[in-house]
Amino acid sequence: MTEPEINLALALLHGLTDDEWEHALASLERAPTYAELGVISVMWSEHCSYKSSRVHLAKLPTTGPKVVQGPGENAGAVDLGDGYCAVFKMESHNHPSFIEPKQGAATGVGGILRDVFTMGARPVAALNSLRFGERDHERTKHLVRGVVEGISSYGNCMGVPTVGGELQFDASYNGNILVNAFAVGVAKTDELFFGRASGVGNLILYVGAKTGRDGIHGATMASAEFTDDAEQKRPTVQVGDPFMEKLLLECCLEVFSNGSLEGVQDMGAAGLTSSSVEMGARAKTGVELWLDAVPRRTNAMTPYELLLSESQERMLMVAKPGREGEVLAACEKWGLDFAVIGEVTDTRRFVCRATPSLDPFRGSDVDLDLARAADIVVDLPIALLTDDAPTYDRSVEPPRRDSFTSDLASAPPLRSYEDELLSLLASENIGSRAWVYRQFDHIVQGGTMVRPGAADAAVIRVLCDRDQGGPEKLLALAVDCDGRHVSLDPFQGAAMAVAECARNIVCTGGRPLGLTDCLNFGSPEVPATMWQIKTAIEGLAAACRALSVPVVSGNVSLYNETRGRAILPTPTVAIVGQVEHRDHVTTLGFKAEGHVVALLGAPGRGRLGGSEWFTRRTGRVGGDPVGIDLDAERALQVALLALCQRELLASAHDISTGGFAVAMAESMLPSGIGATITIPGRGDLAGRLFGEEPTRVILSHEERCTQSIVELCEQHGVPYEPIGVTRGDRFVVDDVFDIAVEELRIAHDSALAFMDS
Amino acid sequence: MRVGVIQYPGSNADYDALHVLRDVLRWDARYVFHKEQSLAGCDAVVVPGGFSYGDYLRPGAIARVSPITAALIEFAQSGGPVLGICNGFQILTELGLLPGALTRNRHLRFECRDVFVRCEQAGVFTPSAGTVLRLPIAHADGRFVVDERGLSELEDRGQIALRYCDAQGGVRDVDNPNGSVSNIAGIYNEAKNVLGLMPHPERASEALVGNEDGRVMFAALAAAWSASSEGAS
Repeated sequence: MTEPEINLALALLHGLTDDEWEHALASLERAPTYAELGVISVMWSEHCSYKSSRVHLAKLPTTGPKVVQGPGENAGAVDLGDGYCAVFKMESHNHPSFIEPKQGAATGVGGILRDVFTMGARPVAALNSLRFGERDHERTKHLVRGVVEGISSYGNCMGVPTVGGELQFDASYNGNILVNAFAVGVAKTDELFFGRASGVGNLILYVGAKTGRDGIHGATMASAEFTDDAEQKRPTVQVGDPFMEKLLLECCLEVFSNGSLEGVQDMGAAGLTSSSVEMGARAKTGVELWLDAVPRRTNAMTPYELLLSESQERMLMVAKPGREGEVLAACEKWGLDFAVIGEVTDTRRFVCRATPSLDPFRGSDVDLDLARAADIVVDLPIALLTDDAPTYDRSVEPPRRDSFTSDLASAPPLRSYEDELLSLLASENIGSRAWVYRQFDHIVQGGTMVRPGAADAAVIRVLCDRDQGGPEKLLALAVDCDGRHVSLDPFQGAAMAVAECARNIVCTGGRPLGLTDCLNFGSPEVPATMWQIKTAIEGLAAACRALSVPVVSGNVSLYNETRGRAILPTPTVAIVGQVEHRDHVTTLGFKAEGHVVALLGAPGRGRLGGSEWFTRRTGRVGGDPVGIDLDAERALQVALLALCQRELLASAHDISTGGFAVAMAESMLPSGIGATITIPGRGDLAGRLFGEEPTRVILSHEERCTQSIVELCEQHGVPYEPIGVTRGDRFVVDDVFDIAVEELRIAHDSALAFMDS
Repeated sequence: MRVGVIQYPGSNADYDALHVLRDVLRWDARYVFHKEQSLAGCDAVVVPGGFSYGDYLRPGAIARVSPITAALIEFAQSGGPVLGICNGFQILTELGLLPGALTRNRHLRFECRDVFVRCEQAGVFTPSAGTVLRLPIAHADGRFVVDERGLSELEDRGQIALRYCDAQGGVRDVDNPNGSVSNIAGIYNEAKNVLGLMPHPERASEALVGNEDGRVMFAALAAAWSASSEGAS
């Protein structure tokens, strides 16, 4: 195959800019080869280089007493005690999931699980955060079905329980859905593995599936907005095989435990290229690859294709001297491909060799001596691909405030509050998610204590050393973001996402340990969007500092826009928390009649900005931003955790989407026990019922605990107000409404019924 | 009691079973890797849930040519207690140790939730008839099918072990999560030493997960085993 002429036009086709092309030429003092152009373009893509966000990401707090591993490795890690740590990360797979929903979502799950077990941790749970366009948009049902099926097929087969997540529909995602996948694993802290190509002369091993042509330029595709040709990009989507990955998982954990490895890195975005370059960069070494030896599943693959393929379920390992045999033995046991494909050098360069027109797929056994003496097709300084890659401090411009309406005048006449509540409960953004989570195996591994929907966070029991049956650790897991609040005020909205996620952990009885983020935005080249990115990151940073939750890993997904229409700014965050004792676990449902119902936190000002109710009433996101007081939030979370730990509560449920009335209704659904209450706060009734101001939690508890609770709240300076009592099977608010819980349930259960119609 | 839990490539509830048998019930349980060829030393065998061989071809189909299979068939045919859970049930039908087949759920989706099952037949893995258990299911291919003659044989020989039901034990179609014929959730072989079922008793055998109904089935096995060892001694 003849290679194309290397020039500016080809570079532009690869997504480089004029300046970046000049930078490459000047650094190399020659034109790159075709394979080198592929390598440079993919390593300099937004997806791999974080070139637009890097200057801002530096503002995030990444250290703390519990941090074992911060950002920069395959995943972050926090301490769980007894020498064990939780290893976790969240990653986006937005672009591929829109083009091919099932495979896009499946390989998103596969990629994040690999990131976790690459660190030496067995994955113990997964979450996901999904965004789709309007319910009635022509593609929505197809995309939801495909994405849920993709996650289900991959996660279920891997035997990792998908224990929670979130789902929102909004018109801004019509042309760009979001699929953010989170995974957490547990490892011995002193046995973590890192992606480092250490030890000059050590051999580089290839383990896992064979390399094909799928996913070539996936990272570049994920670094551009969609035009009308999104469908044409299907070949850039990878195809997943969870069975292969399950074997790879078991094989890797076996290899890790026998001590034969120096470093390991999974082949994710930009495949063989980024995995080897990153390993060399971290270890400050060089890497030489002998491409003739790469196992392949199709013939006539060029060096360019081998280097850019994003075929799934592949690992790159660096063996300790003379220990390759042990890796080979494990691969044979689990039936995986294994090849020696290179070595660690001291050149700080990324060098690849290949024999022109050699096609080992046709059966010729590869002679390693010939492979390591083959022609040089890539010879690039690693620094050029990593530290010296372009970064941009792009211009920012706040939007005009009048771009949002606060006007409810155009809304249809208000129905009864009863009907408003029922329609909110039936909203696809609020009601039961059972249609989704029942397709996920959320109980495999036998440790799911709190299942999806039963509490504000999922809780799992992990036996850290499976073979020994202990020690036992309880993890609380939650993921959150409401792009509507972020769009009204990126700083406050992003801070609210962190606060809500942490509050969800605390409502369940856990202490937040660390956070991972997935920053989904439109094009950074649009100053108003870049302003959202910068401001939202500052909001995340402020909230993480205020609540002492460090950021240990994350991912940035930009260019989520189609024909100039960007998604709502969606900086999704997931938090891993730890519950100290089984008895501290608190769920959201009322437990018995005659319990006190109370509001923890200030009742709020009745603001409706960004709420589901406002959006449904007006058909657009708007209203005055509700904002958050981070000092009050911190005090509330400290007090609430103490209440859970002293076992004073029967239930705790935070007020979020849908507001106070929806949170009350949700507290009634698990047991069917109703309540008679008064609505806290003053002012407009709709605002008090349906506004989404943060830092509020609905509690229920036994009467005899009141005194202790009041004292504890006073001590922490947190407002506590008894507002009623659990009673009967109706939700009663004097002079406002009186609804049967069964009616609430029917509405709630109907939320995703449209998926079956 | 010594129990072997067979570990195929792609098994994923192998740990769930081992954990309950070894860590909760404190039995002598171990994995048997699919490349082993003997079940010597096992008093009972669990064929666990998961996606053996990636469900390629059909769920459970490729296990038929696994190295451990001959030993498994011999163990079952010589009367050893064998419990096939979920993918294990699928494997046992593919091996011909149990009749019928498991096909795609009626609504074509994977389904993970709690269901109720009613014991139809006391036996080596089941308590007295009429006992209602709450157990979780987690499968996409759990719709038990068998032809009419096969169904009447199952009924006549008392091989139907479990039926999907409501909380009170009433058997109605609305409580059938996957469309299985006659609400069948689990069946015995003719000799009643092999049970296959779609629900997961091993995921409901610990107070921590809020449900210990599954332990009843392991208790039945323990009772049957101690009765048979007394008989033998």
